Parts: sequence; structure tokens; C-alpha cells
Amino acid sequence: MTKIKSLADLKAMKQSVQEKIDTRAKGKAEGLVQVKIAMATCGIAAGAKNVMDYMMSETEKRGMDVVFTQTGCMGYCHAEPTIEVTLPGKEPIVFGYVDLKKADEIIDKYIKDGELVEGIIPVNYEKINN
Amino acid sequence: MAKFKMHLLVCGGTGCNASRSQEIAANLKSSLKDNGLENEVQVILTGCFGFCEKGPIVKVMPDNTFYTEVKPEDATEIIMEHVVKGRKVTRLLYTDPENKQHVADSKHMGFYKKQMRIALRNCGYIDPQNIEEYIGADGYTALAKCLGEMTPEQVINEIKLSGLRGRGGGGFPTGLKWEIASKNHADQKYVVCNADEGDPGAFMDRSILEGDPHTVLEAMAINGYAIGATKGLIYIRAEYPLAINRLLVAIDQAHEYGLLGEDILGSGFNFDIELRYGAGAFVCGEETALIHSMEGQRGEPTFKPPFPAQSGYNKKPTNVNNVETYANIPIIISKGANWFNQIGTEKSKGTKVFALAGQINNVGLIEVPMGITLREIIYEIGGGIKGGREFKAVQTGGPSGGCLTQKHLDTPIDYDNLIAAGSMMGSGGMVVMDETSCMVAIAKFYLEFTVEESCGKCSPCRIGNKRLHEILEKISKGNGTMEDLDTLTNLARVIKDTALCGLGQTSPNPVLSTIENFYDEYVEHIKDKKCRAGVCKSLMQYVIDQEQCVGCTACARNCPVNAISGEKKMPHFINTELCIKCGACIEKCKFNAISIC
Repeated sequence: MTKIKSLADLKAMKQSVQEKIDTRAKGKAEGLVQVKIAMATCGIAAGAKNVMDYMMSETEKRGMDVVFTQTGCMGYCHAEPTIEVTLPGKEPIVFGYVDLKKADEIIDKYIKDGELVEGIIPVNYEKINN
Repeated sequence: MAKFKMHLLVCGGTGCNASRSQEIAANLKSSLKDNGLENEVQVILTGCFGFCEKGPIVKVMPDNTFYTEVKPEDATEIIMEHVVKGRKVTRLLYTDPENKQHVADSKHMGFYKKQMRIALRNCGYIDPQNIEEYIGADGYTALAKCLGEMTPEQVINEIKLSGLRGRGGGGFPTGLKWEIASKNHADQKYVVCNADEGDPGAFMDRSILEGDPHTVLEAMAINGYAIGATKGLIYIRAEYPLAINRLLVAIDQAHEYGLLGEDILGSGFNFDIELRYGAGAFVCGEETALIHSMEGQRGEPTFKPPFPAQSGYNKKPTNVNNVETYANIPIIISKGANWFNQIGTEKSKGTKVFALAGQINNVGLIEVPMGITLREIIYEIGGGIKGGREFKAVQTGGPSGGCLTQKHLDTPIDYDNLIAAGSMMGSGGMVVMDETSCMVAIAKFYLEFTVEESCGKCSPCRIGNKRLHEILEKISKGNGTMEDLDTLTNLARVIKDTALCGLGQTSPNPVLSTIENFYDEYVEHIKDKKCRAGVCKSLMQYVIDQEQCVGCTACARNCPVNAISGEKKMPHFINTELCIKCGACIEKCKFNAISIC
């Protein structure tokens, strides 16, 4: 059976596949907002997984291009779940105690408009090699 | 279906495949399952990443982590550390040879910084066996655009405007080739993809077919639409089993999805593709020989004209293009000729894929914009010469090309500059040589190849190259005369002028260009009976330094032909008549008493 009979069919299929592989496309692209989510045992226990799922689907719903990566323990176990947000050209900022409500606020204010919200953890280390 | 948060891309090219990348992928999958992550992390076998030196490669997206020399046993560690705990497995990261630091992701690797991947855009990015991934990566939209919005003339004009030239070696303007084929009328025309990659060391066509087969199918369909052909044939050598396999899968899928066959996308355009297998003869890469081979005749070239565009396969107008040329077509149509012709130099547009090989740190497949210099390729992308030795020459264009030397390091690389420098683009083999390479031996190597592969139809190539080879053999044995050098040059020019096909005409190039650039080395072989690189065995002699030798007898005991004699605790001697120059004595000598001169 022929699956694609017209240009519209092709476009529809392209769109549906693109959503599946855009994690790869985002990795290739430059200048996107990066969000790292601490997903060590402490983070996961505190609900980081839900936060990541929520943020991924929310940003997509709102049509925002954000790269999500999970990372290891950032060392702020007291403030889990913690996430680190890097806007293009800016220093990374770490937010603590991120629940779904906080996540929503971060997306809506900081990621969208660059407006800082409560809950910032001062970074206490230097990183090498990005 | 749930969306995957992380993608593990495992190289499934021939090279990494041979280093058990299939097993790596299987282990990654089973380890993901053990951790209940099979719905969150996707494992995909892709085409070649190009960094074959350090294969097998596993790339993690979206963070671009680039793991090198991965073994199947490492799979669990990658899953447990990187995926579960989010810590990169440092020991598998690429180490920068200069500062010995681990490089966290591919964007910071010197190998990729200067590259621009157009023909290889999907290699190492999508699953070549899944048509949906190709569609997701913009695949088949160029075909749709041609069928829906463009007339065949517009398609041809777009390709002409792009300035794309044939990537198989000759560099003939692709758009012009299409136009000629479109203007010849016949009841049946053919589109042929030349996948008979024969240059020693070149493997870009194979990698494209393995890593992104659909792009070639799509381009052939576009080509068919443009010239009015409904039938496509891919001539591929039978020694590329993985590429053949992936092509067959791709053709089946394209049929299933209605992107090949009848009435494609409801446009009324029909196009179908079949494979034809070659037995691996070098000459079958020449288009007339290729066509004869497909017809079941002997793979021998015939005189042009008539060109294949006038009378090709089954005497019908036929357009033959190389794999890499085709890989450029869909993206030119999608992004427009004006996007493409901004890249490259005035007369050579776009990019070129090179297979980097020889005495260089980063052996692999690279794609660079035309106009890049040899220096950038060798020292920035290639990571410099192995062992920090001195650069001597780079051979481009395979048996049809020549050598570029130190003085060409800053020449922008394009079709015309390479020809001016006495070499040629060819299909893109690039063999880097250092001071340990003997240029007479190199010329002899390529001549051996030509003598072996000559189809024998015309005498200049069949007999002339044989004689060239004999003279080179004579020089490398230390029996050459200065007249031989003149004979070499003259004979080479005669072959160039009189051979029947392009391959014959270019076959003396390695000889001419090494004489031109390394005349001194030839003279040394002839007059001083010396090979400075220590490659030509007949010109080497092993000598024991009488002062250094303590008479331990280690060399004499290990000499396989008993050529070394001497009393215990007394200096030893080598009988040069018996010596076979195997080097076993040098290895065994603890006092550095044996040297080559």
C-alpha cells in the first residue's frame, strides 16, 4: 500500500518525525537555550524526572526551542531538584527547589523574557571546558 | 509514542561495523532495558561520522558527547554513568593530541571545526534504514518541490546556476550534462548513478550510500524528472555488501511509501531504480565502460562522441553522475542555487569530501568547502603528521592524480588549482606522506595499480604503462640511467596524448608529477644509488659499526639467512651478497651498532 500519495501526506509525515528527532537537531543547532537537570539519585528522588518531562512538553507546547540535558549531581543536594539554565550569550544560572510550579515560572519568565525569578543558587564552583 | 530524551548514535559504517559496532548498539539497548530506560533513550545505528581513526564512535545527543574507540564491553558503563547518572565517561572521550585534554563534545573537536557537511549532512545523523528519519530530516521535499512547483527546465537551470560540478573526478558541470541529456529525444532515457568507486583509499561514495541512501534515490528521481527519464540504474561494485544491502532496503521503503514507482506524489511522474553489480574493475568507473558493463559487455571504454547523453545504455540517452554529485542535488533544490553558489571558489562551488589517509593523525572522511588550503586540512582537521615527522607530499586524485608538496600547502584547493599544480581532484582520495615515503616507490605503486587495472583495449595504456613501470623498477633497483628519466617523461607524455579514455590519459600523472616535484630524489636513485627514505630495498646496505660492536653474537644468531659472521667478543660483519635486508639484526642489536646506509 502506498503511504504517501501527495505533498500534504509528505509534509504531515515530516512534521511527525521531526518532533521525534528534534532532540538531535537541537544538539546540532547553535544559540539555543540550554537547560541541565540534575538527575543524580537525590535529584530523581526529589522529582527531577517529572520536572524534566513537564518542562520538555511545556516548552514544546509554547513553541520554544530549548535543549534539555540530564546531568549528574550538581552538589546542591539540599535544594533538589536543581536545574541550570543557560540563555545564549549569558552566564548559566542555577535554580533550586524546582517543582512543577517553579518550573512553569522559570519557563514563563526567565527562559521567555530573561526576567529573573526567586530561587537562584549562587554558583560555588568554576567549570572547565563547558 | 513517547518522545526520547536522549539519542545514542552508534556509527554503523563499514569501518566501525568491523569493530563490532552492531554489538555495541545491541549492548546499549539491553543495558537500557535493564534500567527501564528503553522508552526514554533511543539507540540508532547511523552512517559514518568520518572520524574513522578513532572508531567505533558513539555520539550522545543533544549534548554532542563524542565517545571514541568504544568496545561492546563499554556499553554498560556508558548507560550507567552517562545516561543514568549524567556523568561523562572521561576515558572514552576524544583526547586533544596537542594539550592532552579530554574534549567534552564534537563541537570543540579540531576535526569538525573546519568542516562543512553538505553531501554528508545526514551521515552520522539519521538511521539510514529508516525512510521516516530521512523524511524528518527534510528528505524527499526537494523531489516534491520539483514535481509540484518546477518544470524540468527550471530544475536544470537551478542546477546550472548552482555551479555544481561532477564529483567523480572530471569536474564536468552537472547542469550542463543534464541539459544535453534532456535535449536528446528518445522513447526511453536512463539515469545512472556511478557507484563504482575505484581510487585506492577513497571511500566517500560508499559512506554516503551506507549512511544516507535515500538522498541518492531522491536525487536520481529529480534527475529523471529533469531529463525525462523514468528508469534509474545504480552501478555498484559487489564488494560493497553493506552499501548494497542498505540501498535495497531504501529502494523497498521508497516503493512502500510511494516515493518511487508510479504516479509519485500524485504528479503523474513515474520513476524506478534498479541495481547493477560490477566486479570491481577500475576502468568501469569510466562512464562508457560502465555502460558497456551494465549491458553485459566487456567493461571497456569507447571513444566519445557519441557521449552517453546521446547514445548510452541500450543506445538510449543516458545521464551518468557520481554518488557524491547526487548527494548534493536535493539540498541545492531545497535551499536554492544561490545558497549553494555562495560556498566555494569562483569556478568550483560547494564542498568536497576527501578520504584522508596515510601518515596523518586523524585518518577519516572529511567534507570541506572548496578553496580551503592543504595546510588547514592537514594540520587543523587532520591533526598533523603522525609522530610529529616532517610533511613531504600529499597525493590527490588516486592513480590519475599527482603529488602536491610543501609549496602547495597554501594553495586554495579547487578543480582548476589542482590541475594547475599537476594533480587533480579525482574522486577525493588524499594520501598524506612524510619523509619516510620514497617518491619513486610511490610512482611505482600507482603504476602497478594502473598496469593491473588497464583494460588492454588501447596500446598506449596497455603497453606504455607497462614500460613506465619497468623503468621505474629499474631505477628503484639502482640500475637506472639519466636517459631513463628522459624516456620516462617522453613516454608519459605520449600516453597522455594518445590513450583512449580518461583513465589512460591520466595514468602517467603520478610519474610526471613526482619527476616534476622530486627530481632530486630520482637523480639520487640513479647517480648516488641512494634512497633517502629507506624504502627501496635494493639501494640499502646494512653495516655493522666495528667500534660499537662488542661481539655478543645476537645478530648472527637471529639472521635468517646466516649472512652475519664473526668470532665471539670480536666485531661482526654482514655479507651483503647474502643479506636480504629484513632488519632482524637491527632489532636484536642492543648496542646500536648496525645502521642502514
